[in-house]
Amino acid sequence: MAKKQDRKRKVKDEATNDGASGSDQSDNAEEEEDLLQTVKEPGEDSTDDEGIDQEYQSDSSEDLEFESDEEGNYVGRKGGQQESSDEEEVDEEEEDDDDDDDEEEGGKVEDKPTTSSKAETNNEVAPLPALPARDPSKQEYEDSDTSDEEDIRNTVGNIPMHWYDEYKHIGYDWDGNKIIKPIKGDQIDDFLRKIEDPDFWRTVKDPQTGQEVVLSDADIALIKRINSARIPNAEHEEYEPWIEWFTSEVEKMPIKNVPDHKRSFLPSVSEKKRVSRMVHALKMGWMKTTEEVEREKQQKRGPKFYMLWETDTGREQMRRIHDPVSAPKRDLPGHAESYNPPPEYLFDEKETKQWLKLKDEPHKRKLHFMPQKFKSLREVPAYSRYLRERFLRCLDLYLCPRAKRVKLNIDAEYLIPKLPSPRDLQPFPTVESLVYRGHTDLVRSVSVEPKGEYMVSGSDDKTVKIWEIATGRCIRTIETEDVVRCVAWCPNAKLSIIAVATGSRLLLVNPKVGDKLLIKKTDDLLAEEPSNQDIIDNERIKTAVQWSTAEAAEQEKGVRVIINHFKPIRQVTWHGRGDYLATVMPEGANRSALIHQLSKRRSQIPFSKSKGLIQCVLFHPVKPCFFVATQHNIRIYDLVKQELIKKLLTNSKWISGMSIHPKGDNLLVSTYDKKMLWFDLDLSTKPYQTMRLHRNAVRSVAFHLRYPLFASGSDDQAVIVSHGMVYNDLLQNPLIVPLKKLQTHEKRDDFGVLDVCWHPVQPWVFSTGADCTIRLYT
Amino acid sequence: MRRPKKYESGEATQYISRRAALRRLQLSLNDFRRLCILKGVYPREPKHRRRAQKGSSEIKILYHAKDIRFLLHESIVWTLRDYKIFAKKSGRDRAIKDFRNLKRRLALFPEIKLDHIVKERYPTFIDALKDLDDCLTLLFLFSTFPSLHLIPREQSALCRRLTIEFLHYVIASKSLRKVFISIKGYYFQAEIKGQKVTWIVPHYYPFKPQSRQDVDFKVMSIFVEFYTIMLGFVNFRLFHGLNLAYPPQFPSSVLQDNSETLQDESSFVSDRIAALNFELLRTDKLMEDEEELDIDMELLEQDGDSKRIIKMKQEAQEVARLRTLFKGLKFFINREVPREPLIILIRSFGGKVSWDASVFAGATFDESDETITHQIVDRPSLSTQYISRDYIQPQWVFDCINQRQLLPTNKYFMGEQLPPHLSPFVDSKRETYIPPEEKALHDPSLIETHVQSDDDDDDSDAEADNQEEEEIEQQLLDAQLQRAYQQETAEYKKYGGTDGVNEDEEDSVDDDDEEDEEEEEEEDVEQLDDKTKRLLEEKQKMKVESGKVHKVNKRQIRKAEVDEHRLQARMVKPRHRNLFRKLIREKQTKEKEEWLLRKKRRNIDADAKEAKKTAKREAKKAAAEAAAKALKMA
Repeated sequence: MAKKQDRKRKVKDEATNDGASGSDQSDNAEEEEDLLQTVKEPGEDSTDDEGIDQEYQSDSSEDLEFESDEEGNYVGRKGGQQESSDEEEVDEEEEDDDDDDDEEEGGKVEDKPTTSSKAETNNEVAPLPALPARDPSKQEYEDSDTSDEEDIRNTVGNIPMHWYDEYKHIGYDWDGNKIIKPIKGDQIDDFLRKIEDPDFWRTVKDPQTGQEVVLSDADIALIKRINSARIPNAEHEEYEPWIEWFTSEVEKMPIKNVPDHKRSFLPSVSEKKRVSRMVHALKMGWMKTTEEVEREKQQKRGPKFYMLWETDTGREQMRRIHDPVSAPKRDLPGHAESYNPPPEYLFDEKETKQWLKLKDEPHKRKLHFMPQKFKSLREVPAYSRYLRERFLRCLDLYLCPRAKRVKLNIDAEYLIPKLPSPRDLQPFPTVESLVYRGHTDLVRSVSVEPKGEYMVSGSDDKTVKIWEIATGRCIRTIETEDVVRCVAWCPNAKLSIIAVATGSRLLLVNPKVGDKLLIKKTDDLLAEEPSNQDIIDNERIKTAVQWSTAEAAEQEKGVRVIINHFKPIRQVTWHGRGDYLATVMPEGANRSALIHQLSKRRSQIPFSKSKGLIQCVLFHPVKPCFFVATQHNIRIYDLVKQELIKKLLTNSKWISGMSIHPKGDNLLVSTYDKKMLWFDLDLSTKPYQTMRLHRNAVRSVAFHLRYPLFASGSDDQAVIVSHGMVYNDLLQNPLIVPLKKLQTHEKRDDFGVLDVCWHPVQPWVFSTGADCTIRLYT
Repeated sequence: MRRPKKYESGEATQYISRRAALRRLQLSLNDFRRLCILKGVYPREPKHRRRAQKGSSEIKILYHAKDIRFLLHESIVWTLRDYKIFAKKSGRDRAIKDFRNLKRRLALFPEIKLDHIVKERYPTFIDALKDLDDCLTLLFLFSTFPSLHLIPREQSALCRRLTIEFLHYVIASKSLRKVFISIKGYYFQAEIKGQKVTWIVPHYYPFKPQSRQDVDFKVMSIFVEFYTIMLGFVNFRLFHGLNLAYPPQFPSSVLQDNSETLQDESSFVSDRIAALNFELLRTDKLMEDEEELDIDMELLEQDGDSKRIIKMKQEAQEVARLRTLFKGLKFFINREVPREPLIILIRSFGGKVSWDASVFAGATFDESDETITHQIVDRPSLSTQYISRDYIQPQWVFDCINQRQLLPTNKYFMGEQLPPHLSPFVDSKRETYIPPEEKALHDPSLIETHVQSDDDDDDSDAEADNQEEEEIEQQLLDAQLQRAYQQETAEYKKYGGTDGVNEDEEDSVDDDDEEDEEEEEEEDVEQLDDKTKRLLEEKQKMKVESGKVHKVNKRQIRKAEVDEHRLQARMVKPRHRNLFRKLIREKQTKEKEEWLLRKKRRNIDADAKEAKKTAKREAKKAAAEAAAKALKMA
């Protein structure tokens, strides 16, 4: 077989060589010899169908032999031997006999190549010696359509042939020699061939070898059949008659007629033994029938119950879960869940809308279901969310974190501190009894005469008005040059002086009301200027303050002394005895607080350094102490020792004002952040109580001199009167009770009440507001 | 000594996150979930979450470390692992088609045993009863389920069996106390050994296919797995406490899992209902023992008469009455009525019950039985009716039980519009809105006053259209008089005498009208009398000129009080301020709710009254017109 293969290959090689040699003749001698041989060979086979057929035939004849081999007849071997000998001959002779031999070998030679046409084809077309073509007559070849049969002269394999575009050759033959590309003619050549060659239309180019191949008639017929989607083999009978190999008829008589063996009638001994063994096993209970097994399984299936707990409450010692917390039970249903609820529980349109709107946040719904009413029990359907609710409960039971918590079950009232009723704490102002009108702009400040007959007010309309309290009559109006920030009546009953802070001037005014003697005395007192020669003022004070006696025109108005400051004054306050007064200039940096002595007409600056923006100052009613409120804190200084006693921490953003209890141990501070702070000065530097009575910034606070009352005015237009009792017993804390909210002021530009002031004797409170009025509550 | 590091002691070591727990137990999340559900292990809320989570502030599921350590020693952890091995091995057998081995393996399926867990989770029987609510509700739900992928028929059949057993106990012990028809289902509350056990039976049929996000049947199935075991043991003890045989025996036709019941949902359910209508087998041959109760009462009587004792005595008497509420009554349930809840109710309060034998199994007597006292009907009318029995709607039974007495049936007759069904679970002394129907239950006098006030309102309203009505009435009266006169004369002519019946009727009509008028007059007279009397009395008493009465403006006082209170409320300590605000807000929302309900009710009542009035007026008008016509015709 190997030999056959060899030979076959050789034939192919030769063919390829021929193809190469047709164009290229510059080869060595061997090649030439080959060439010579091949020149003949293709000449015989090529161009004509017959030739190809013949070549094919030779191959096919071999195959034939091969088949015969299989059949066991040893004909083929002889043939094969012959072949091999032929081949040797071919090798040796290198002559034309080869072909003849081949022809001879092929038993069924039909056509012989025409020698005449051989030369022509050799010249014109590149020789194609061994192109495989099928002989339709050969049945044997039709069923063998393997790739072995393919004619492979180029060994490069199945690769894109353009890889060889740059080379002269197009691949390698079986011997490893280059297959040289055939000369590519130009267009004119092509054209000429087209004209001259009658077979031009059936010439195709073999991409493997670059050779041109002329298709045979059989090939063309084949192609035509394929094109028309018919079976390529023309011989194939499509409609051949059906042969029934296996008959469908049932034979009536048996084919064999041998009687059954006796064995088949007799009971089997071995089976009998096995059965008896089984019966015995069943009897003994070793084995069970299927029913028994099934029954047992049935019995086994399902849990078995027994008395697990011997008693109702007895518990057995066992390891259990740590500190068990039982899950809370579900809420029991109310009327709304009924299938036939009272009509008020059903949702109206608005509620339905609300309920549907909260679809994404079901926890915000008033009820987790929509109440429904059914006419009869029969109409009640299954609840659509029932399964989901049960499932959520399951999730809660195993996924919800549990903890023991004390549930706060108290009433809101319980949190309100127990305070005495306001009715038991009378007297205190409860109604508005008088309104003092006359100012044209907001009234900043109010102050009452120590005897309680007259009252002075300062306003943004640059006037100071003196009123008779009882009648509400304005006795005098004193016009000033600037906005009146603050007015303060001298607390000493033996003097009648009002300090008026207007712009950067502090005016000391004799109001000329009340006791004539007193007026006279005051005038006399202020007229004589004390001799200041022995005291040398330093430069710091001199630049800040200048004292001067009022001019004649101003004297007419009542102004007696003018103290010129270097910055606008915000607040002025008297010492209890009426000799000293303090002023505050927030813009004055380290000289923002000043203390003036009236009798000596001199001023002093108590602080060399500023500790912050001073808001207000205050004298202690009894002790020589001085309170200075900056934005956040309050400092208490001893004026004699000239040292800081205490610093009160308010923990608020901005202090607005302060007031001291007449006994001097408690300080009330108002802040712009809605709070009021009560400081017990003996107790702590932190507030004893923080009150949030107002809804807006608190502007001022004031203690009553005699009654345990204090009032606060705020931007929310309210004056709140509270009871602030300080006990003599040091162990008892002050009692603070809010008593009454008096809200009659009108709102103007976000301002409400600006200042509050108590009557010195009666439980009456004055308040000034942004609505240009002063109101008296009794 | 080594300084302890942060989170090495204290709260951080007490808690363990779920992930850590899984790692510790070497279980998958599914197995861990199953273990947690069965063992009743739940996450804990730590006091300081941040500290417990070793500084991280995100919310994690935290378990108590001791619980996880406790789970480590659980025997079913091994069973869970065996499951895994079993699945692997049987899967292999199946893959290589080794069916003999597979069969052998299937027979050796590792069964999970939960008995010890029941004992461990509920150390005393009372503990188990306390936790019975969720168990019963879930099992009642599962007992109605069809065969599902995740819930085998076996499970739902077991649920059915256990719930029926429990209901039998409730019936036999007469421990049912409250019932309620909600839109979700029937709520039942029984008092078992002093514990209130509440469960819900859903309306049929609760099963609907659900998406996995909504309902995970697997989780519920695990719960049911545990709860069935628990309820089985509870039933066992309960039955033995009543000297009943456990498991109860039912006739062979009922509760057998044949192919029909397993497939057909309705027969599955109707079987369960039929099973409820059988007397149970007793181990002792005694009848109901009510002596025990009497002894209790005597004991109570012996102890002094403190308030609590009196209250307890009353309660005991009421319960005793409730237990025999339907004794001697025979009920027949029409086929359109949901039977299950009614059977439980009627049987547990001593009544006898039956239904149409041709439709459902388990009927004990026929509809034509003359001894039936009540027939429960849920349709507007019925063609054949017996005079000897009351035809009532099912709500009557529920309301009777909740009020612990037999209510008059006239409001519940067939086709009648039912009074609202109220929940028995609300606290009657609560401070929220109480609907007038409920008020009337506790204080029957309220109804009458309400009606009276209605009449008063009527009078005041009527003034406007008084004239019109008077005219109509006048017409009506005239016509009646005329007709009466005509009839009288005609009859007189006919019979030569008076016919008693007719006269009576007319008389009654006339009388009614007269009475009305008289009443009104009397009232007026009385009022006048009162005034004059008072005046006279006062005159007699007076010796000095009457002073001017200081009139207190109530509104002002009220306002002052409110202001005062508001001011005082601002004195709440700063640390309580937020709590105070919250409480106030809650109170306000509650009040608003109450106000809304009251307003709605008022509107509804007013509308109803208006409708009634117009109807009445129209009827009167029509009657007058008819009379006028008749007159004309005559």
